[in-house]
Amino acid sequence: MANQSLNLLRRSASTDTPPVTGGQTIEVAKLIDVSKCIGCKACQSACLEWNNLREEVGVNVGVYDNPHDLTPNSWTLMRFAEWDNPDTGNFEWLIRKDGCMHCQDPGCLKACPAPGAIVQYTNGIVDFVHENCIGCAYCVKGCPFNIPRISKVDHKAYKCSLCSDRVAVGQGPACAKACPTAAIMFGTKEDMKKQAEKRIVDLKSRGYANAGLYDPAGVGGTHVMYVLHHNDKPEIYAGLPHEPKISPLVAAWKGTGKVLALGALAFAALGAFFHHTVVGPNKVSEHDEENAAELAEEGKSSKTEARPV
Amino acid sequence: MIGELSRRQFLRTAGAGVAGTTLGAMGFGGAEQALAQSVRPFKLAKTTETRNTCPYCSVACGILMYGVGDGSANNKQAIMHIEGDPDHPVNRGTLCPKGAALLDFVHSDTRLKYPMHRKPGSDKFERVTWEFALERIARLMKDDRDKNFVAKSKDGVTVNRWTTVGFLAASATTNETATLTYKVVRSAGIVAFDNQARV
Repeated sequence: MANQSLNLLRRSASTDTPPVTGGQTIEVAKLIDVSKCIGCKACQSACLEWNNLREEVGVNVGVYDNPHDLTPNSWTLMRFAEWDNPDTGNFEWLIRKDGCMHCQDPGCLKACPAPGAIVQYTNGIVDFVHENCIGCAYCVKGCPFNIPRISKVDHKAYKCSLCSDRVAVGQGPACAKACPTAAIMFGTKEDMKKQAEKRIVDLKSRGYANAGLYDPAGVGGTHVMYVLHHNDKPEIYAGLPHEPKISPLVAAWKGTGKVLALGALAFAALGAFFHHTVVGPNKVSEHDEENAAELAEEGKSSKTEARPV
Repeated sequence: MIGELSRRQFLRTAGAGVAGTTLGAMGFGGAEQALAQSVRPFKLAKTTETRNTCPYCSVACGILMYGVGDGSANNKQAIMHIEGDPDHPVNRGTLCPKGAALLDFVHSDTRLKYPMHRKPGSDKFERVTWEFALERIARLMKDDRDKNFVAKSKDGVTVNRWTTVGFLAASATTNETATLTYKVVRSAGIVAFDNQARV
């Protein structure tokens, strides 16, 4: 195998998961400290460069967001939000690096019907395997953060891989390496939580009483976490969901719906088996044969009658 | 072949297919080598790592350039990736958006690779030798200095100024180069001057 440090935890549309070998894997996480971000977009540059992607030159509509939204090529995007703080009267410029959150309970993986198109490693990274992708865009529906984008070129889904290829050889993601203010940190999830704790204490001492860590429990926690100065209202950071949850439609379709369908399949198979053993297959009796011969004769004669010469 | 398939045989085959799919859906599929397929190979394996300095601004961040090709006669080396040098004290591996996109700068068609000269009255730049360029620059500077050098101000104070020429020097230089540049430029009397030593 190409690497030893990545083991599969889950695989889309399949119940068989290769057994985890090589002991316990450490969960990794990327910590994005919004309070330290200067919005320089080095992360965007580094991401495009590392992943051999290039973005079309776009149009400026008067905001700093460039491109305007995530695309199949831009897996990460700085979103610039302006917010009037009613408590202090300050005008705040909130810059959030958007991209895949690598949920512990990934909605995209749950929704995906293509076996092995979306995988989750034991270290927490959720990765798209494009060879298996059928381009149905169910992952877009399944994602509580609206991250995956479907390419118009090959009709497959694309998103941040948390640089799984770099992490596999013991390096951090390209964006985290480039970040000049160390607003993006990468390490074990535990270490990142400790790092966040320190930052939150610092932010609180500077008057941000609601500073906190964004690691939403609704998706089982994420492997990309934010330090927010206003953790009580994440929605002011360009619409970061307050309590992200996988859509109930996906849960019903892929949860109960799937169990019921499998039950129906099993019932049909069992029924067919018992029908075969108890009733047995249809047998053609002599009477049937005679009947058939008669009918055939009738058919022939009626045909000739119907067609006057 | 298909003509010889009876109705019963057809149903039997189809049934076996359905059963197989159902078993797969219930979790009896073979454990595939899914992992080997899913992780993209690390693209820097078997590349040559070369240290250099980012050419953009005077912060002069250290960079690592990754090259492919072994440099043999029929396999020219080419830079395929650039990232920050973790061992460099200035940036410790980080880069700005321009530095992080250096790869396209290196491979840009419009990148300046050698001295270019636009002759008086011409509308295009032409490639010239370093010898020609340096000599021409030196000649023009000397002439201009002889004409416009101000040794003393109106009040008779010695100023030794040369204000008609400006000097913009490189960012990716060593301390020694920067010191020498500074000495040459200032001793000539040039006032308008910028280089990395400013930082």
